[in-house]
Amino acid sequence: MTELETRERLTPGPASSAVVWEYAPSLESTDHVKVASRYNLFIGGKFVEPHSKKWFPSLNPATEEQLSEIAEADKQDVDKAVAAARQAYDKVWRRISASDRAKYIYRIARLIQEKARALAVVETLDGGKPIKESRDIDIPLAAAHFFYYAGWADKLEYAFPNRNVAPVGVAGQIIPWNFPLLMAAWKLAPALAAGNTIVLKPAETTSVSAMFLAEILQEADLPPGVVNIITGAGATGAALVSHDGVDKVAFTGSTDVGKRIQRSLAGTKKKLTLELGGKAPNIVFEDAPLDQAVEGIINGIYFNQGHVCCAGSRLFVQESVVEPVIRKLRERIQTLRVGNPLDKNTDVGAINSKAQLEKIRELVESGVDEGAEIFQSSCALPQRGYWFAPTFFTGVSQSYRIAQEEIFGPVLSVLTFRTPEEALEKANNTPYGLSAGVWTEKGSRILKMAQQLKAGVIWANTYNKFDPTSPFGGYKESGFGREGGLHGLAPYVVLS
Amino acid sequence: MSESLVTHTPGTLAPALLRRSLGDALEMVHGVDAVALEERAASLAKRSLKKESKVWGLKLAISMMDLTTLEGKDTRGKVHALCQKAMRPDPSDPTIPHVAAVCVYPTMVPFVRQALKGSSVHIAAVATGFPSGQTYTSVKVQETRETVAAGADEIDMVIDRGAFLSGNYQKVFDEIAEVKEACGPAHLKVILETGELANYDQVRKASLIAMFAGADFIKTSTGKVTVNATLPVTLCMLEAIRDFQHVTGKKIGIKPAGGISNAKLALSYLVMLYETLGGEWMNPDLFRFGASSLLNDVLMQLRKERTGAYQSGDYFTMD
Amino acid sequence: MSPRLAVRKTYKLYINGEFPRTESGRYYTVTGKGGELLANASRGSRKDLRNAVVAARKALGGWGAKTAYNRGQILYRIAEVCESRAAELVDELRRQGSPAADARREVEAVIDRWVYYAGWSDKYTQLFGSVNPVAGPYYNFTVPEPTGVVGVVAPEEPALLGLVSRIAPAIVGGNTVVALTSEKQPLAAITLGEVFETSDVPAGVVNLLSGIKSELVPWMAAHMDVNAIDTTGVDTQAIATVQKTAAENVKRVVHFDAAGIGWDDTRRSQGPYAIFDFQESKTVWHPIGM
Repeated sequence: MTELETRERLTPGPASSAVVWEYAPSLESTDHVKVASRYNLFIGGKFVEPHSKKWFPSLNPATEEQLSEIAEADKQDVDKAVAAARQAYDKVWRRISASDRAKYIYRIARLIQEKARALAVVETLDGGKPIKESRDIDIPLAAAHFFYYAGWADKLEYAFPNRNVAPVGVAGQIIPWNFPLLMAAWKLAPALAAGNTIVLKPAETTSVSAMFLAEILQEADLPPGVVNIITGAGATGAALVSHDGVDKVAFTGSTDVGKRIQRSLAGTKKKLTLELGGKAPNIVFEDAPLDQAVEGIINGIYFNQGHVCCAGSRLFVQESVVEPVIRKLRERIQTLRVGNPLDKNTDVGAINSKAQLEKIRELVESGVDEGAEIFQSSCALPQRGYWFAPTFFTGVSQSYRIAQEEIFGPVLSVLTFRTPEEALEKANNTPYGLSAGVWTEKGSRILKMAQQLKAGVIWANTYNKFDPTSPFGGYKESGFGREGGLHGLAPYVVLS
Repeated sequence: MSESLVTHTPGTLAPALLRRSLGDALEMVHGVDAVALEERAASLAKRSLKKESKVWGLKLAISMMDLTTLEGKDTRGKVHALCQKAMRPDPSDPTIPHVAAVCVYPTMVPFVRQALKGSSVHIAAVATGFPSGQTYTSVKVQETRETVAAGADEIDMVIDRGAFLSGNYQKVFDEIAEVKEACGPAHLKVILETGELANYDQVRKASLIAMFAGADFIKTSTGKVTVNATLPVTLCMLEAIRDFQHVTGKKIGIKPAGGISNAKLALSYLVMLYETLGGEWMNPDLFRFGASSLLNDVLMQLRKERTGAYQSGDYFTMD
Repeated sequence: MSPRLAVRKTYKLYINGEFPRTESGRYYTVTGKGGELLANASRGSRKDLRNAVVAARKALGGWGAKTAYNRGQILYRIAEVCESRAAELVDELRRQGSPAADARREVEAVIDRWVYYAGWSDKYTQLFGSVNPVAGPYYNFTVPEPTGVVGVVAPEEPALLGLVSRIAPAIVGGNTVVALTSEKQPLAAITLGEVFETSDVPAGVVNLLSGIKSELVPWMAAHMDVNAIDTTGVDTQAIATVQKTAAENVKRVVHFDAAGIGWDDTRRSQGPYAIFDFQESKTVWHPIGM
């Protein structure tokens, strides 16, 4: 064969223009899941109608269609629930053996595992998060939290050496809408393990998975009144927090409401833990493994549509690598699939509510107004539903609102630094202190940064990792108290 | 090591005028975090492809296959049969494309050439003391020359792992450059043998050395060791290719080989390719599968999509 | 009408996830309270022991590499399967001589003990590990790690609870086990092997040998690839010899003296310290600096 012949054979065909590969929709099936058209309150082991006979709609944020109707609990309902919790505490829960307490909690864990797929579908329908996340992260972690704390129930003497350990009593717990079932697990599991009874108020836009959980509690034969679930909005929460029959309050939500709660508890003997907002720094050094750091950045801010208190929303890039990082970020953001949360290929789902979408838009507008440069994914967004394209800003100054305020959406602010000390100073320069990320190959630098960063959770060369054994909580205005691990038991016990 | 230390504007220098050195490659080496890399590969493997998108991907996969036989007992007869399968993978379905190439040992090349006469399936051959590469550079170069003269369109060479693992990167680099020269018009694929390299950092380093030394394709494995192509190792190489393109403007192809046993896995590789390098790489000029039993599994999947029923191996020929 | 003819169970060994007979082909007679024949149990040989240790060593890497959560799940599953087979286990204990109420209590205690230790899997590290505030710019931490292949000589009585009480803390900590069952009452213990096999316990993590203790214990004590030995079920007179032999490869020797303590005493017959008995401690230093 002549060289010419060979060369002709090998000449590539007509200029290969970029192929576009459309993955066909791969929808998770929903026909095995039955969402009721209306839910009541769960008090004393039974579903009871709200005193006001009022229900409010719960929408699917991806379609704006009504998913169900949720009961609105008023002061009387809160009274009833707290009374049921008190009764269950005095008569049953503090009397049964610790190992029996453990067994009940193990049952709950097992039931969550058995119903995992249905729970994942419900979570996606109600909240808008991608099915891939509710299936692979939210639900398995929820089961794991019950498993972990079940194991502590009969081992408390080892968690608090040389002290008599007693439960606090009745706990009032208020949880947010970003990880509905998981947040319920974070709250219920340690409280139950330590012997407390509970009145739980889920977020008003995401109460359906809590209702499924109530059915699981019935199936587990949990003694009536040990866990009560009362749905409603801010007023319900306020009534619960201020109720005299509640011994301990646990709140996860916005810093503003957290401060209000802290104020309202002043002068009372109630114990309190708060898990509030954040504006986490994600710090990338020049020696970081760049492609993996970019994955970490993406995961840090676009996971769960950025509805994450510990989201890495302030990216600090060492100036010497700003160009490749931004370039890779821009390329990577374009591969994020935004759309139907029930599609298994969706990476970024719907914004949880119209109200939240407005907040995000307002802050993004302020970023543009203040002079930052905006880059947004060019992905197509569905017509109906609440959506926001993954966004990042460069040329951001510390003083801009987008660098100061928690956006709670898929919006990243990019800032630069020259030295590690500068990065530290800027990272800590915030009233928040929930989490931080550090990307570098150098081990000693990881440890030094971890030592100096004022944050309750520090991720090195990774981000947004959670485990029931790992304590989670904030410094400063991000709240106090820890959830997860041995430390997570402390808020729910009285030592003597 | 920062890529921004390379001062020329990306993609503006004519490749023929560029004198590449080992230094260029080593400058772009930096760490790769194994945990994060493997997580990314796993999350890409979760993509779910259905219906038309799946069929399209499967057919593309066939058009990207290097149908391979590399055994001591290969004969003219065996190779001839393989070539028939290569040209017409499924006689019952005319929409199924032919594969990209047939890959054999050097002495089998004339038989392949004969069998493939008139077809556009390429003739690929391994050379350079495949699979171990433990022989003299002069022998490797000579073997390459003769194999190309016999009709090979593509040469799959192996790097000197001994030299690489003992830090003699210059030898690895120079040898690739010499073999590339001996290839003449033939394309050169450089096999890194990732299963023998210690970690992803080394895979990235080897990828960069190979590309700067003149590889047209980088390939994961010979298929002759315990660990062959994996999704994360391929992802690591894709990222190196991406960085190389940014700095030089040149597109290098990639060939995962060995261990790709089923259609689902093949589709995961294509998804990973698509979401890392983009649509421009989705063709046989820039991506190949080194496989043998994969073809029948893909054909079975295609027939299942067509008929709606799960298939049996009884209905597909071995060659 | 004549009574139904029973299909009698053959009691074999449990090694590497399988139920082989002893390679020696020997048996010994297991009798009930009234001297009636219950079974011809496998009389385990030193070669069976050798094979079991090989299996345990092979299984060690995989078992230790599982997450603590996974190991806890598997132990909980063992509890579930024991619960569902409770009637069978109670029956075997009764036939071996336990009064009905005792047998039932023993099986319930066994189930609860599995649940108890399952709960420790992802917690004992938080008890026995530490971050140490050394006087210098170093991050210093200590973690427990499994000792390795643990040989367990189970007490004669209670045949099932005693065995489980010594196996559970060893395996929840990531070790693999070769256990010699009660010599006179091996039946329920061998059935426990069936429980392991159906509970996602990987092959080789637990191996159970029935047989004559005086024949097997010296070989276990001398085995150079066994890292620790639990002498709880060894005859008091023989213990000193076992300890001496064990010194050849510096085996960790662990003993639980149940005298005066009820085996179902949940305060004293179980606990995290039983896990720590089979753990090593590793301390790591790393500088802190920009």
